[in-house]
Amino acid sequence: MSVFSGLKFRKVYSPIHNLDPRIKFIYVCVIFVIAILYSELIPLIVLFFLQVPFVLLARVQREWVRSLRGAGYLAALIFFTNFIFKFIGAGYTILPYDVETTIGLTLRFVVLVESFSVFFLTTSPDHLGLALEQTRVPYEFVFAFTTAVRFVPVLAEEAQTIMDAQKARGLELEKGNFMKRIRNYIPILIPLIVSAIRRSLELAEAMESRAWGATKKRTNLYALKMRKGDFALIAITATILAAAIYIRLYVPVPMLHDILASWTHTAKLLTITLL
Amino acid sequence: MIEVKDVYFSYQNGVEALKGVSLTIKDGEFVAIMGQNGAGKTTLVKHFNGLLKPAKGQVLIDGVDTTKRSIAELSKDVGFVFQNPDSQLFSETVEDEIAFALKNFGYETEVIEKRITWALNLLNLTQYRKTSPFMLSGGERKRVALASILAWDPKTLILDEPTIGQDYEQKEKLRQFIMQMRTQQKTIIAVTHDVEFVAECNPRVLLMREGKVIADGIATRILTDPEILTQASIVPPQIAQIFLELPGLNLQKDIIDVYEAARILQNILEKRGR
Amino acid sequence: MAIIETHNLSYTYPGATKQSISGVSIKIEQGEFTLITGPSGCGKTTICRCFNGLIPHFYQGEMTGSIIVADKKVSENPIHELAKHVGLVFQNPENQLFALSVEKDVAFGLENLGVPRKEIREKVDWALKLAGIYELRERPPHELSGGQQQRVAIASVLAMQPRIIVLDEPTSFLDPLSAKKIFEVIRELNRNLGITVVLVEHRLDLTAKYTDHIIIMENGKVMLDGDPHQILQSEEARLVGVGIPKATHLYRILKHEGIQLGDTVPLSSEDMAKLLKEALRTR
Repeated sequence: MSVFSGLKFRKVYSPIHNLDPRIKFIYVCVIFVIAILYSELIPLIVLFFLQVPFVLLARVQREWVRSLRGAGYLAALIFFTNFIFKFIGAGYTILPYDVETTIGLTLRFVVLVESFSVFFLTTSPDHLGLALEQTRVPYEFVFAFTTAVRFVPVLAEEAQTIMDAQKARGLELEKGNFMKRIRNYIPILIPLIVSAIRRSLELAEAMESRAWGATKKRTNLYALKMRKGDFALIAITATILAAAIYIRLYVPVPMLHDILASWTHTAKLLTITLL
Repeated sequence: MIEVKDVYFSYQNGVEALKGVSLTIKDGEFVAIMGQNGAGKTTLVKHFNGLLKPAKGQVLIDGVDTTKRSIAELSKDVGFVFQNPDSQLFSETVEDEIAFALKNFGYETEVIEKRITWALNLLNLTQYRKTSPFMLSGGERKRVALASILAWDPKTLILDEPTIGQDYEQKEKLRQFIMQMRTQQKTIIAVTHDVEFVAECNPRVLLMREGKVIADGIATRILTDPEILTQASIVPPQIAQIFLELPGLNLQKDIIDVYEAARILQNILEKRGR
Repeated sequence: MAIIETHNLSYTYPGATKQSISGVSIKIEQGEFTLITGPSGCGKTTICRCFNGLIPHFYQGEMTGSIIVADKKVSENPIHELAKHVGLVFQNPENQLFALSVEKDVAFGLENLGVPRKEIREKVDWALKLAGIYELRERPPHELSGGQQQRVAIASVLAMQPRIIVLDEPTSFLDPLSAKKIFEVIRELNRNLGITVVLVEHRLDLTAKYTDHIIIMENGKVMLDGDPHQILQSEEARLVGVGIPKATHLYRILKHEGIQLGDTVPLSSEDMAKLLKEALRTR
């Protein structure tokens, strides 16, 4: 099932994958904050392309582009709804200012999605679980998270087996009107749910049998240690944040349409002068 | 009749599960398909009811190419009993469970009633007609799953690992059940790695390894051939193992039944002046 | 004092009308390799869960009689305490592995016990090597075969260094070759480390040869208890309906016909072949 293949984390070893997830998360949050600071197009474009070196270093280009396409639909929706409102608000005229701010809003959304996408694409679930654990999230939640991820491929396979078994009893999923088609899924869902319940019981038995709950002070086989790459990322993040705040406060950020307008103006002058 | 003509099949993840398999199974035969996990046994039988279609080659059921018929159509003639009954049980009562396929295939209500009664009777489940299948024990659930497939009386029955988790008596009952089905001229195909069970049934055996069929013959011949069994990573049945360890005696080569073995050994031991 | 001792142990699951086990009195000595077998529903799975405290603590229900494991009264000790002394390996390999890598799973029990990291690392590596899966330590469980998964389960139990390991039909879902590997690992643990092994199994043809002590149950009661050589050739064992190894059956048939082959009842094909060779030499 291709839907689940995106969640099957492949073990890719890249410098980005090995970074401490906590630091990566702080970086992503900073990008989020900066994206909110600016509504001008130019800084947002810069912010967008800032993700690219990370994507390339982590070698997740294909998956990243795929998530871009996914975000594209929602982005288009955001663009058109905002644009229509601005259009009507401006008295049914297309103002360059409105166009730019709408594109800016859309791009802000895309940047948000893309930076989180990079985070999830470069952080394996066990790494993420470990980070959560070390940030004092109660172990029950971390365990629930990592166990759920661990069983995703198992559930996918089971769903396939159940579908095969029911098809072999004459179940035709594609047949019938809308209501019938939904009811066709009952013979698939019920065995899945029953199996999930049975599985939870067996898991609980296994957990108890391995001393679950013996002590509140749980230790861990692994420990996240900060390394050179992590400190580098902290430095980069701090610099970007500082620069962004400084520019916001002290440097006037031009609107793209103004720049384009002045370029066209300069181009016109040049053409007139040359001719 | 099932005809497999030079079939190749690969899964989405690239694994080549079948690499040129050709065989014929005639009506009324009893075949055991054996081999290690991953040899391609289940992949092969899933082609018989159309769950899988070959990438290359052809599978013909009664002369018709499986790519030309839907899974539902093929299932009318080829019943597939999955390994885990919990993959299919979902109804409120055993009765409903058995009726499910019959309704899918469009049988009329009176016929469905009769079929349910017949299937329940066949598998000793009549007292559970109105019981929820989830309340039954593991062995009982297996019988409900089997009943729900037999209800529409398919010509061919595929059993995927029917002996897993079964105790000795349950396996005996299964063996007798298969014999009973054979008297009704049903074709039985069992995918299994239980050598002792196969030794007791003595069917035709197909050995598979890495997507190919490496041996095809009667159990007494195949299960007593140590070389071919090693290739398929199968341990011979105990009786065959014993005989293989006594080469000096020039014993008959194809013994897998304990009573026959006893007779032969008794003869030899008594002849040597005991 | 035996390492596992029960007196008149009976148990009813909550909401059940019948006792799952009744009046079970058994003694298992330290270092023994004990096989518990019997037809489905005989209570062998229930008794396993009594050994590490899942019954009565996890399942509740009604337990009468006494059970003492590793000098501890099961009814008075929580499961996590008993887990230090008794490891339990279950039937379904998939549903006892929760982590995203093998070594994290093997470490799970030690982490729960709050063992310091360095010690966890040592014990995990030790357990991985004993189970023969050290090279698989960074793999996710879903990529492993059933046999490998079960070895991970055994390693995770082994890491806590229990004195007893109980295995409830560990090879049900495995093919005979993988099953054989599991039994060999278990046998090594029993012979080389002196770990008491309690194995619940149907497939006596594969396992009878390893055992020192066999317990056959039926309908919640212990029917036969003792030396496998004697018990498996007995008429009572045949009547209970357990899968007597064919070699033993053959021996029995010949004995019935008046042919006595040696003194030791064979439990495997090797045993039987040896007996036959001897019998034929002296003639």
